[in-house]
Amino acid sequence: MAKSKKFSFDRRDFIRGAATGAGFLAAQATSALAQQVAAPATAGAAAEGGSGRPGSDFMVDVVKSLDFEYIFAMPGSSFAGFHESILNYGGNKSPEFITCMHEESSVAMANGYAKIEGKPVLVCAHGTVGLQHAAMAIYDAFSDHTPIYIMLGNTLDATERRNEVIWAHSVQDASSMVRDIIKWDDTPQSLPHFAESAVRAYKICMTPPMGPTIIVADTEMQERPIPAGTSQRIPKLARSTPPAGDPAAVAEAAKLLVAAENPVLVASRCARTPEGMKLLVELAETLQASVIDQHRRMNFPTRHVLNQTLRTSPGAEPIAVPAAWGADVILGLESDDFYHTVEQAKQRGTPKLITVNSGDLFLHGNYQNFQRYSEADLSIAADAQATLPALIEECKRLITSNQRVAMQARGAKLAQLHAQAMDATRTEATYGWDASPISTARLSAELGDQLRNEDWSLVTDGAPWIREWPLRLWNFDKHYQYIGGAGGEGVGYAAPAAVGAAMANKKYGRLSVAIQPDGDLMCANGVLWTAAHHRIPLLILMHNNRAYHQEVMGIQSIANKWQRGIDRIGIGTKINDPNIDFAKLAQSMGVAAEGPIGDPKDLSAAIRRGIAVVKGGEPYLIDTLTQPR
Amino acid sequence: MKKIVSLAAILILPVWIALAQAPGNAENGKKLFLRNGCYECHGTVGQGGVGPRLAPRPMPAVALTAFVRKPSGNMPPYSAKVMPDSDVADVRAYLASIPDPPPVQSIPILRP
Repeated sequence: MAKSKKFSFDRRDFIRGAATGAGFLAAQATSALAQQVAAPATAGAAAEGGSGRPGSDFMVDVVKSLDFEYIFAMPGSSFAGFHESILNYGGNKSPEFITCMHEESSVAMANGYAKIEGKPVLVCAHGTVGLQHAAMAIYDAFSDHTPIYIMLGNTLDATERRNEVIWAHSVQDASSMVRDIIKWDDTPQSLPHFAESAVRAYKICMTPPMGPTIIVADTEMQERPIPAGTSQRIPKLARSTPPAGDPAAVAEAAKLLVAAENPVLVASRCARTPEGMKLLVELAETLQASVIDQHRRMNFPTRHVLNQTLRTSPGAEPIAVPAAWGADVILGLESDDFYHTVEQAKQRGTPKLITVNSGDLFLHGNYQNFQRYSEADLSIAADAQATLPALIEECKRLITSNQRVAMQARGAKLAQLHAQAMDATRTEATYGWDASPISTARLSAELGDQLRNEDWSLVTDGAPWIREWPLRLWNFDKHYQYIGGAGGEGVGYAAPAAVGAAMANKKYGRLSVAIQPDGDLMCANGVLWTAAHHRIPLLILMHNNRAYHQEVMGIQSIANKWQRGIDRIGIGTKINDPNIDFAKLAQSMGVAAEGPIGDPKDLSAAIRRGIAVVKGGEPYLIDTLTQPR
Repeated sequence: MKKIVSLAAILILPVWIALAQAPGNAENGKKLFLRNGCYECHGTVGQGGVGPRLAPRPMPAVALTAFVRKPSGNMPPYSAKVMPDSDVADVRAYLASIPDPPPVQSIPILRP
């Protein structure tokens, strides 16, 4: 964040608050080593303050009790006390400080991490300029129901603001700027208050619908010694069970599904964990029902015979139930745009519509990410994954032997259709096979082929920028193999989210791969340095179409509408003249790289080289020149 | 009424045949395909993208011209002012010149 030479002070200058001087000087006599090995207070345990340690040490105790693996942050003076405590008191372990180069990247990295690991990291930022940078990524996470935990630094006491920079970096109500797009926030007034609210923030962000929470850590509270007599008790984390659907409503849903001739299950953010994926498979197999995966998470194996997503329109937003299917019951599982999901199906019939959506439990009014109102026949306000066990059980209880026979026949027919759709998809991929720039189908097929025998994870969005080719061609059967995209559709999400997800994958030895749009990378390419600096293994294949292509088409469409020609549509939309050399960009930040590659015949060898480097624990970037989509 | 229809057919048929058989200039068509931004949605070799696949074996010239003038879906209309009939014919010639893709069985990396 912005820094001034005027602000290059020793953070310990809080000592000028002479009232605490004696205790503090005593603390200085304590060896640094002793501080590093000091055992943090444990959750639920009580300790007395006045030890001469800074308040930020206690904050580190609190943070450690929440089991954060990492801190994603760009350094900032308003949380310098906490930063120092993490390093010298906390030993820079659990959490470990990961240097980010933009707060938007910090939060987007946290988003990618959370979707792999199922829990948040700690993000730190200035309460003012840092949060302003972070805002778009917070909106993405809010819309995407991912748990993001943010600690903001702020100097609330005006008399403690030592210079003009601190004044400029201070705010009365730090979280207010993003309060529409977070679940909860607090500005603790004491260290015990900090402990309680920090634990509460964790509980709230992890309760479905998950989302961002913010704790504001006052700068002075961080830097002053812990006042004598202050309780250092850390409350126990009481995790909330995810809200499951009302039993009567679940029974009604089961009744409709079992009686249906052509039920369709539509999953968007249904599977929060691997267990969610297993449950959806069990429900689908119980009913022998069609499944459409809208790919906000990895919900359903792509090669499962009941997966009928290939028979929809790939890349559509949202992926909708085709009218021709004649669906008579459609179950939406965390499908946020259910209105458009069922719009076509409603034109050909009157399907019964059921939704299970935790989003119904928590809405704000300002930002419109809640999508158009859906006229469901049965709307269950609950977490889909938590509701599935009861729904499966009830369906199994209701199915008669005759129905089971009919369902098996339906399943066999769906298996045939799935196989036909797979064949058609492979044939479609052959068109433009040798084209230069490289087709997105060829790019995806070349990469996918070299992942067949690897434990891989695709850590970027598959649609619509690359026409969902990986999701159409590859065999996804594990939850961590796909993380969906930016919930709020913010450009600048993909690259940092990929790095964050790769960070989560690292300890499991997974091969993280990203297909990275060029415009997105230019929003926050500092994450390349973060990946290099922290040795984050990640293979990045550029989807370099040298344009903000969505906008090219948008301007083209409007220009044609008014019949004014399209010779100027590249102005403000194309990323050429000069062309960006992404390999050099990556190399300049310590990431091994090659390209640009425009001939598809060169791709296979490049990917092989990249995988070798990534398997050695480093990131690698291949600049590939691609078709627009 | 029948006479009117027959007369119309007599008048239109030669135009239809001319357009349907219009050879066009494939080389110029390629330039137009790229310059007019067709490739943005359909890919540089008409393989499809946001828009549907156009090549190989594009639709007949008359149908293509009619569609370009009054498209359905998200396709923006190209009026004769922006893209004359002769340009459409050249673009069609380019699309017709694009060879068939390799058979899927010949591409090992596309195996299931």
